Amino acid sequence: MPAAAVHSAPQNVPSARVQAATEDSPIVRWSLIAISVSFMALFVLIPLAAIFAEGLRKGWDTYLASFTDSHCLAAVRLTLLVTVIAVPLNLVFGLAASWAIAKFDFRGKSLLVTLIDLPFAVSPVVSGFIYMLVFGIQGWFGSWLADHGIQVMFAVPGIVLATIFVTFPFVAREVIPLMQEQGSEEEQAAITLGASGWQTFFRITLPNVKWAVLYGVILSNARAMGEFGAVSVVSGHIRGRTNTLPLHVEVLYNEYNFVAAFAVASLLALLALVTLGLKTLVESKLHSH
Amino acid sequence: MPLKLSLASLAAVALLAFVGCKPSSTSDATGGQGGAVTLLNVSYDPTREFYSEFNRSFTSHWKEETGQDVTIEQSHGGAGKQARAVIDGLKADVVTLAIGYDIDEIAQRTGLLPTDWQSRLPHQSCPYTSTIVFLVRKGNPKGIRDWNDLVAPGIEVITPNPKTSGGARYNYLAAWGYAQRQNGGNEQQTREFITKLFRNVPVLDSGARGSTTTFVQRGIGDVLLAWENEALLAIDELGAGQIEIVVPSVSILAEPPVTVLDKNATARGTLDVANAYLQYLYSPEGQRLAAKHYYRPQEPEHADPADMARFTKLERFTVQDEFGGWQEAQRKHFADGGVFDSIYQSK
Amino acid sequence: MTSISRPRVLPGFSLTLGYTVLYLSLIVLVPLAALFIKAAGLGWSEFWQAATSPRVLASYRLTFGTALAAAVINSIFGFIVAWTLVRYQFPGRKLLDAIVDLPFALPTAVSGIALTAVYSQNGWLGQYLEPLGVKVAFTPLGIIVAMTFIGLPFVVRTVQPALEDLEREAEEAAASLGASRWQTILWVIAPSVVPALLTGFALSLARGIGEYGSVVFISGNMPMRTEITSLLIISKLEQYDYAGAAAVAVMMLLVSFAMLLLINLIQRYAARRYQGVL
Repeated sequence: MPAAAVHSAPQNVPSARVQAATEDSPIVRWSLIAISVSFMALFVLIPLAAIFAEGLRKGWDTYLASFTDSHCLAAVRLTLLVTVIAVPLNLVFGLAASWAIAKFDFRGKSLLVTLIDLPFAVSPVVSGFIYMLVFGIQGWFGSWLADHGIQVMFAVPGIVLATIFVTFPFVAREVIPLMQEQGSEEEQAAITLGASGWQTFFRITLPNVKWAVLYGVILSNARAMGEFGAVSVVSGHIRGRTNTLPLHVEVLYNEYNFVAAFAVASLLALLALVTLGLKTLVESKLHSH
Repeated sequence: MPLKLSLASLAAVALLAFVGCKPSSTSDATGGQGGAVTLLNVSYDPTREFYSEFNRSFTSHWKEETGQDVTIEQSHGGAGKQARAVIDGLKADVVTLAIGYDIDEIAQRTGLLPTDWQSRLPHQSCPYTSTIVFLVRKGNPKGIRDWNDLVAPGIEVITPNPKTSGGARYNYLAAWGYAQRQNGGNEQQTREFITKLFRNVPVLDSGARGSTTTFVQRGIGDVLLAWENEALLAIDELGAGQIEIVVPSVSILAEPPVTVLDKNATARGTLDVANAYLQYLYSPEGQRLAAKHYYRPQEPEHADPADMARFTKLERFTVQDEFGGWQEAQRKHFADGGVFDSIYQSK
Repeated sequence: MTSISRPRVLPGFSLTLGYTVLYLSLIVLVPLAALFIKAAGLGWSEFWQAATSPRVLASYRLTFGTALAAAVINSIFGFIVAWTLVRYQFPGRKLLDAIVDLPFALPTAVSGIALTAVYSQNGWLGQYLEPLGVKVAFTPLGIIVAMTFIGLPFVVRTVQPALEDLEREAEEAAASLGASRWQTILWVIAPSVVPALLTGFALSLARGIGEYGSVVFISGNMPMRTEITSLLIISKLEQYDYAGAAAVAVMMLLVSFAMLLLINLIQRYAARRYQGVL
């Protein structure tokens, strides 16, 4: 870190006047730190602490018992299943989109990039609703699907679709800028030397962007496990069958089972924290790269 | 390279998961005959506790009767949301909702059941009823006795939003019916009464359970308008010693209906068990369980007298008599641009 | 930057672009088209009526107003947080850095329940705010709190890299040329951070406008006063008014799309400007 080097030996090179113009005075520094910490405490830390405190209100035994309920376990399984389907699909898409966008020039590219970002800005409620319009029994393909005995809405496929939609841009968003930055000289050299397209991709491109890919996957993962609004519209809320973990939290909350609701919520928070830990790790790799 | 490996394995897992879930979801859809059978009951929020016990009772009853294993799946949520899910293709065998209007909508929009569904079972297809009562804080510090106390300045009333909660429409209609009686049918005065009442509402949660939480857990408001069964349950679950019930002089007869969705049940081969399931609600055991879970049974002689003692006698008017039925009430009061909207638009 | 305009030596263009467009169409464009077609079924005057009734207009005002307020708060405090994280060493810095993303990863319903538990009048913080006459839960302020919560990571995470990339030398050069600290901040630091800050602002705004799960718990949902647009869409759906819901959703979508275009424009402008500096 060059910044740290400057910190440790500032008096060597520049004069005191220079230091005054590049460093903040201790008062400024500490008050800014105080502002940051209290802002984060107010908005993030205290709500996080509240989740755990409410979950543990009746002690560890009750807390742990919340997870052994069969509906809760079913919700965990469903959440994992949905994540494991949705994230790889978006990963493949993200890689394909990055290759096309970063390595080639074509008309309408910036429109394409904006469209890829679009799901990010769509209200989750709307994203559930649009699938209803297409796959619901009153929708475009609804009766055809029903005639062929395929259930999309209120079943796993619908939940997967909604999850894919809300996590759609994350891998592409992370990988495209990096691939653009790296250019395509290496790939072109490899192709000229006789490597196949797939070889080039797997041996050269992918290793170059792997940390960005992983970062995108982690973001998608976090969002996929936590999506509430969109999934709520398409799930049907069948206990033990189509309730994901966030929906299960809502169910428990509505049953006045606050301790269990917060316990399960804390599990989700824990999952989020683990994901974020992984992310920090990846991030440092990404930076050192 | 390790990345490549993990990608491949991820993809393999995804593929497996897809392949793995396909057959299970189709077999779910077709249901079974002879062997084990699954029934999906799509219900509204405040019936969770009741159906959770009733389903257990029915499962063993059905096993004794026919030797068949039946698993009953439950889906709960706001009544409107649940009805919409069924309309959009949620494959329910039976629906047990808060108001007949939502089932009418299902019948009209999907044809899954005949439009005269309500005459198929006794008591207009309502095996149990309820009414709207007040929950107040311990000792009733604001001295709330009847509907007219709710419009006093400074009283905070908690109710869910009638637009999104079927149960809350009963709250609204109960207040309207009371005011009509007080004013000798002068609708202008009734409108003013309703407007004053809703001006006293600081929070409109989207569902009944949300309102109860707001009132009991968050400590907001002086009085909660609630279904009697919800109010009794809330005292048991949340607030013994903190809250108490006040029964007004007159209220509405809440009639939550039940019915089979014929086409779904026929397609899934569950018609017999679905019919038996609803019939069982009218059996002595079904009636007893309804009373136990704070619903007023249609045949009180089957209920435990101790359970019945919790229900205060009061005059209850019906939606049919007072408002000419749900279609009419919905059109006049709750549709966009209806009376309820005008409360908030005439500032 | 320039290599991409060379003749196409690399293979896979049609495969990857084809796949990208196909997947995008299936997952995003076709369903969104369904929304537009549903709304178009209304006819122009009915569409306009559904999308601009007084209650809907009030919800737009509330949603955009609170999202804007939250984005402004996030821009100010998010910048300070990013600044302290990049520039200063202090105990707990790593922890602070890690939890910045929590709002992104936490399910929105969980955030909503937690925030309500903390900020309602008998909550952890609400009980101290209430005597001061500050009501948070069930007021527009509560909506701002929820939107600030969910928008925070976007500002911090876009500003942070920009601050890290900042050349210390430039600041030192400015200082040795006699610039004061304020001049350095204004003329050296600000220009290279502002594009990132604007992007973060727009992302936070877009996220706030679309937010549903965390807001419904804390907002109180009063028509005309604390009812956000997403809730109104749900409420219309629950009255089986699909076309009306679609009309409101289309309006929201157009605004979101405009917002994204704006973000992309800012980024392109920033990139050009950055190149100019180099």
